[in-house]
Amino acid sequence: MTILSFFDIGLVVLILGVGAWTIAAREAFAAVIAFVVYGLLLAIAWVRLSAVDVALTEAAIGGGMTGMLMLGAVARLRSAKGNDTRTGLPVRLVAGVLCALIAVGLATAILLPPEAIPTLAPTVMENLAQTGLGNPVAGVLFVYRALDTLLEKVVLLLALLGVWSSAPDSVWGGIPGLRVYARPNSTLTFLAQLLPPVGIVVAIYMCWVGAKEPGGAFQGGTVLAAMWLLVMIAGLESVPSISQPWLHLLLVVGPVIFLVIGLAGFVWATAFLAYPSGYAKPLIVVVEVALTVSIGVALGMLAAGPPERVQQQ
Amino acid sequence: MKLAFDIFTVSSVSAGALFFLAGTVGLLRFPDSLTRLHALTKVDNLGLGLVVLGLLPQTNGLFSAFKLVSIWLLVQLSGAIVTQLIAGAVRQHGSHG
Repeated sequence: MTILSFFDIGLVVLILGVGAWTIAAREAFAAVIAFVVYGLLLAIAWVRLSAVDVALTEAAIGGGMTGMLMLGAVARLRSAKGNDTRTGLPVRLVAGVLCALIAVGLATAILLPPEAIPTLAPTVMENLAQTGLGNPVAGVLFVYRALDTLLEKVVLLLALLGVWSSAPDSVWGGIPGLRVYARPNSTLTFLAQLLPPVGIVVAIYMCWVGAKEPGGAFQGGTVLAAMWLLVMIAGLESVPSISQPWLHLLLVVGPVIFLVIGLAGFVWATAFLAYPSGYAKPLIVVVEVALTVSIGVALGMLAAGPPERVQQQ
Repeated sequence: MKLAFDIFTVSSVSAGALFFLAGTVGLLRFPDSLTRLHALTKVDNLGLGLVVLGLLPQTNGLFSAFKLVSIWLLVQLSGAIVTQLIAGAVRQHGSHG
């Protein structure tokens, strides 16, 4: 037993403990905080499994962004108090049975793995040099599973449409109900003035370095979204109404460029989402940059929530 | 030389870990929100600072060292400001437990 195996065992016990606490916590706010801690611990676990790309995404999306979304949900539930109905026993029973089924399924998949786990990793590593990318994860995401990556970004837009659709008709196209704490000369204003330049540089770095080391569009986009939200919450920039044309443009620019390059693959190369040889890396970088912007705006608007008031003329 | 660097790393990171331990004990044992915040900021500044200082000789190149120091500075900045905001909220609304 090395000291690292002690660390790993401790980490697993902590993850299980925090996971159990997330479920057992009676108060929604405490459960969300526990969930964020759970996400950060999972990120450390991914680092221990040498999956730094996954760790970065888990910390950014699983811990940070989802935590922010759920804190927003808790705040909404608090202000909507009074008409909360307790779910009946049958519903809770069905939910419990379904959760138990999923747990059993996962447990069988993990405890009874096939003799030889099917893998394409050696083939990817052999052909990675052709793409001009140094990071195998980016290679798989943008060359071998490009369709999955494209659809993943479209799903993000669908999620945003879902959030926007929950607004009543009267405020459709209005301004999202993000809580703004505009107090001039407060420490929050100071942070919102100081941090964004640093954050934007970090986001660009993460997006750029994703081609050869862990990082990429999702991680960079999350940092961008965080900076944008900080500036909006501090009241330095107003929250845009969802009918703004520039907002729509930024939201779709990433997927559209990805799709155009993918369609051009029919002409330049052999198939949809195939890159002409020699141009793979520059094209992928263009797609990554556009996707970073779109992901940043989409995540920011997701956190800002559904529209709540119409724009004053 | 390598041995000297390693000894420096081990002693500095251990000292940092000690601050983390003390800060955690403080977080659990101190009576009210403001003193608990006080315990937390010591961990952020000194504990993480010592850990980063200890890891500096182990980096390969100036760029990695620069990244480590930036992480410390960013954590200090966010720690100090979040502590201010929480303390402000406590003063305004009163401490709950």
